[in-house]
Amino acid sequence: MTVTASRGPKGALAQPPEKNGLGELRLALTRNLRTSGIYVALVALIALFALITGGASLSAGNVTNIVLQYSYILVLAIGMVIVIIAGHIDLSVGSVVALTGAISAITVIKYDLPWWVGVLAALATGLLIGAWHGFWVAYVGIPAFIVTLAGMLLFRGLTLFVLDNVSLSPFPDEYGVIASGFINGWLGGYGYDVFTLVVFALGVVGFAMSQYRSRKARMGYHQPVPPLSLFALKILAVGVLVMAFAWKLASARGLPVVLIMLAVLIMAYTVMMQHTVFGRQIYAIGGNLAAASLSGVKVRAVNFWIFVNMGLLSAVAGIVFSSRTNGAQPGAGNMFELDAIAAAFIGGAAVTGGVGKVVGAMAGGLIMAVMSNGMQLMGIDQSLQSVVKGLVLLLAVAFDIWNKRRAGAH
Amino acid sequence: MPDYILEMRSITKSFPGVKALADVTFSAERGEVHAICGENGAGKSTLMKVLSGVYPHGSYGGEILFEGKTCEFSGIRDSERAGIVIIHQELALVPHLSIAENIFLGNERRGRGGLIDWHKTQAEAAELLNAVGLGEEPTTPVGQLGVGKQQLVEIAKALAKDVKLLILDEPTAALNDNDSAHLLDLVRALQERGITSIIISHKLNEIEATANRTTVIRDGQTVETLDMVAPDVNVDRIVRSMVGRDLESFYPERNPTPGEVVLEVRDWTVRHPQQDRLVVDGASFEVRAGEVVGIAGLMGAGRTEMAMSLFGRSYGRFVSGRTLIHGKPVAPRTVAEAIGHGLAYVTEDRKQLGLNLLDTITRNVSGAALPKLAKWGFVDANLEAKLARHSMDSMRIKAPSVQSVVGKLSGGNQQKVVLSKWLLTGPDVLIIDEPTRGIDVGAKFEIYTLINEFVESGKAVVVISSDLLELLGTCDRIYALSGGRITGELPVAEANEEKLMTLMTKEKEAIG
Ligand SMILES: Nc1ncnc2c1ncn2[C@@H]1O[C@H](COP(=O)(O)OP(=O)(O)OP(=O)(O)O)[C@@H](O)[C@H]1O
Ligand SMILES: [Mg+2]
Repeated sequence: MTVTASRGPKGALAQPPEKNGLGELRLALTRNLRTSGIYVALVALIALFALITGGASLSAGNVTNIVLQYSYILVLAIGMVIVIIAGHIDLSVGSVVALTGAISAITVIKYDLPWWVGVLAALATGLLIGAWHGFWVAYVGIPAFIVTLAGMLLFRGLTLFVLDNVSLSPFPDEYGVIASGFINGWLGGYGYDVFTLVVFALGVVGFAMSQYRSRKARMGYHQPVPPLSLFALKILAVGVLVMAFAWKLASARGLPVVLIMLAVLIMAYTVMMQHTVFGRQIYAIGGNLAAASLSGVKVRAVNFWIFVNMGLLSAVAGIVFSSRTNGAQPGAGNMFELDAIAAAFIGGAAVTGGVGKVVGAMAGGLIMAVMSNGMQLMGIDQSLQSVVKGLVLLLAVAFDIWNKRRAGAH
Repeated sequence: MPDYILEMRSITKSFPGVKALADVTFSAERGEVHAICGENGAGKSTLMKVLSGVYPHGSYGGEILFEGKTCEFSGIRDSERAGIVIIHQELALVPHLSIAENIFLGNERRGRGGLIDWHKTQAEAAELLNAVGLGEEPTTPVGQLGVGKQQLVEIAKALAKDVKLLILDEPTAALNDNDSAHLLDLVRALQERGITSIIISHKLNEIEATANRTTVIRDGQTVETLDMVAPDVNVDRIVRSMVGRDLESFYPERNPTPGEVVLEVRDWTVRHPQQDRLVVDGASFEVRAGEVVGIAGLMGAGRTEMAMSLFGRSYGRFVSGRTLIHGKPVAPRTVAEAIGHGLAYVTEDRKQLGLNLLDTITRNVSGAALPKLAKWGFVDANLEAKLARHSMDSMRIKAPSVQSVVGKLSGGNQQKVVLSKWLLTGPDVLIIDEPTRGIDVGAKFEIYTLINEFVESGKAVVVISSDLLELLGTCDRIYALSGGRITGELPVAEANEEKLMTLMTKEKEAIG
C-alpha cells in the first residue's frame, strides 16, 4: 500500500483548542490580553488621572486640549511605526517638522502668498527630504540610524539658516484653522454639538460592523475567535468610551479639524498596512529581509517610499505644529522624534522590525499624551515628568517582552 | 535492571491551542545511543527542550529523573550544570567569532583577575577540535566553515562543558553523506568514552546504523521503544511505528512523458560576490515539460549558487550565459522578473531565506504571489485566506490554524509552508533546493507525489539534493556538478550512486 490518502482528516492531526467553556475563556483572555494590553493600560491611565485630579483631566476643555496638543505627535507616530516595522528608525523628524514649518511660514508670512501655497510648499519640502533619506538608505545602503542622524543635524541647521535664527509670526487666520479650527453647529446645538455626536456614532457603528464581518470571515475559515460574549463586551466597551469622548468634545467646542484629518490618516494607513501589497511588503522586509527579496519584493523601492512617506507625514506635522504655535521657531519640533519613537514602541512595535500596528502606535502616543497632560494638571515638575515618561517606555517594552516569553513558555 | 541515566515520565506540554506532548515516557540507558523518531510535529524537539530546561520546570507536566535524581531545571544553565547539553535543530554559533571563542562562549576559560586566558582557550580548543576530528585553526571565524564543520564545533562546545548526555536534534539534516558519516562516527566514539547520546533524525537508515535503541513518538505520545539489535527491527519496522502502517516504497511511481524543453540554460557563468573566482563555470542544461531533473554535487560545487543566480541573479555577479524559457530568450535581472517568467526557487535555508517567522502561515504562503492576489494594489483577503486554507489541507501542514505564526511550527511543517508559497506563484519551472530537508518519511512521500503531480500537468522541476538516493528515486535525468561545472549527465535508468559520485568528484581529482 501507499501513503497517499490514508492519513485521516486534518482535525485528527491538529489538536483543537480546549473545548470546555472555562478553558476557552481563559485562552481567549490570555490571547487577547497580549494584543489589547496597551488599550487596557490606556483606559486605566485615564481613570487613574481622573481620580487623582478629581475629574479635572476629564473636563471637556481638557479632553479637547489633549487632542489639539498631541495631534502632530500622533501624525509623526504613524510614519514612525511604519519605518520601525520595516526595521529602520528615523531620528530626523523633529528637525523636519521645524524646517517644513519654517518653509510654510516664509511662504505665507514673508512672501505674503495664500495659506495653501504655504501648505503645498511644506509638503513638497517634506517629500524632498524623505526622498533624500530614502536615497541614502535604500540605494546607497547606509543604515537609517546614520542617515537620519545626519538629517537631524542637517535640517535643524537649515531651519536656523532659512529663519535667520529668529522666529516668524503670525500666520493669517485661515492658517490657524488647521490646528485650532472646529466644526460646530452644523446640525444645531443644545449645549452640545449634535454633528460631533452623529459623526462619532456613525464611526462606532462602522467599527462594530467591520469587526463583526471579520469575525464572521474568520469563523468561515474555521479560525479561532473569542467567544461571542467577549466580542460583544469589547464592542460595547469601545462604543461607550468613544461616545464618552465624543460627548466631551461636543460639549466643548465641537469637532476639531485636526481630529478629522488624524482619523482619515489613521484609517488610510491602517488599510494600507493591512490590505495593500505595499503594506504587506513592509512587514515582510522587517520580518526577514533576505526572504522578502527572494520572494520578489523590490526591497529598495519599498524602503525608499517608506522614507518619502515619513517625510510627507513630518511635513503634515510641521504644518499642524506651525499652525498651532502660529508661527515658525528655530527650535520647533525639538525631541519630537523621541516621542514618536516611544509611541511606536509602547504601541507594540518590535525593535527588530516586522511587528507593529498603526493603531497600536496611536494608543502608545495617547498613553504618552495622557500622562504628560495629567502630570501637567497635577503641577508636577518638568524634570520628574521626563523621568516618569522614560520609565513608562522602559516598562511598557519590558511588559511586552515578558508577555511574549510567557506565551512561549506555556 | 538496566542502568538508566535518564527517565522521563508522563511528560505533557501545551502551547496555546496545541497539545505538543500528551504523554511521553522515555528512558535512556547509560552509555547508549538512543534515537527518537516521529513525524513532523510529533513533539520530538519539544520533548528535548523540556529535558534541557528551555521550557522551565512548571511549564510542563510529568517528572524527569537524571542519574536517579529528580530534576527541576529552570533554564538551560541548570541542565548544562547537570551534564545535559542540547544541540538544537538550528545551529546557534556566532559567525563572526572564532571557533575557540564559540566553543567557550558562556563558559570562558579565565585566568588571573577573572580575565580570559587566551592561551588556555586556544590550547583547549585545539584539543577539543582534535577530539571531534576537525582540522581547523581555533582562530578561524565560524562563519567561514561549512555546516558540517559548524556541527562539529557545536559538539566540541558540548564537550567543553563536561557533557554526560548529549542531545542532537536533527544533526545531519543539512549535511551531505560524507559529513553525516563523520558525525555519526564521532557519536559512536563519544559513546566509547561513556557519553550517552539522544539523536533525533528523519534519516532512518542512519538511525538503524547508529542507535542502540529507538523510541517512536506519534502525536505527542510514546508509541514504543525498539531494541535495534532485535532481529525484526529495521527501517520498515520504525516507519510502521511512526505512521501507524506499512510503507510500501519510499518513492512514488513515476511515468515520465517528457515534452518540449521548458528551461534551457547555456554557458551560465557567475562570479563570487566578493572574491575573484568563478562559482559557476559555463554550465549548460535543459529541463523538459513533464520532467524532473536532478542536480547532484558535493558541498561547494555551486548547486545552490547556480540556482539562485538563475533566479533573478540573486547570487553573485553575472558574467555570461543565456536562459531560454519555452524557447524564448529571457534575462530576468530581478526576482520579480524571474517569477514573472514562471520561475520559482525553493531555498534550502528556510529560516534565513524562505520564511518570515514572525508572520502567519497565510501571509507566508501568499508572500511570493501577492501581486497576483491583488487588484489595484489591494490584497484580496478572501482569496488569500482560501488559498492558504487549501495549501494547508493539501500539504497537510500541522498547525492550529492558518493564522498560526510560522516561527512556532515544527521544522518539517515550516518546509511545507515554503513549498506552498512557491507553488502558489503558479510556476512553469520549480527549482527545489533540498526538497525534504528535515521532513518525515510519510511527508517526503507526499512531497514527491506533489512534485509528480506538478510535472504531470506539463510543468518542469529541478531538484537539487545532497541525498543521492532521493535524486535516484525522484528524477528522470541527473546532472552532476563539480567545481561549478557540469561534469556529466545520466538518465536515471543508467545512474547509480557510484557513477554519480565519480562525476561529482571529477573536477577535484583533475585539479589534484
Ligand atoms: N513555541 C511554540 N508555540 C506554539 N506551538 C509550538 C511551539 N513549539 C512547538 N509547537 C507545536 O508543537 C508541536 C510539536 O513541535 P515539535 O517542534 O516538537 O515537533 P518535531 O517533532 O520536532 O517536528 P519536526 O520533525 O518537524 O522538527 C507542533 O505542532 C508545533 O507546532
Ligand atoms: Mg524538531
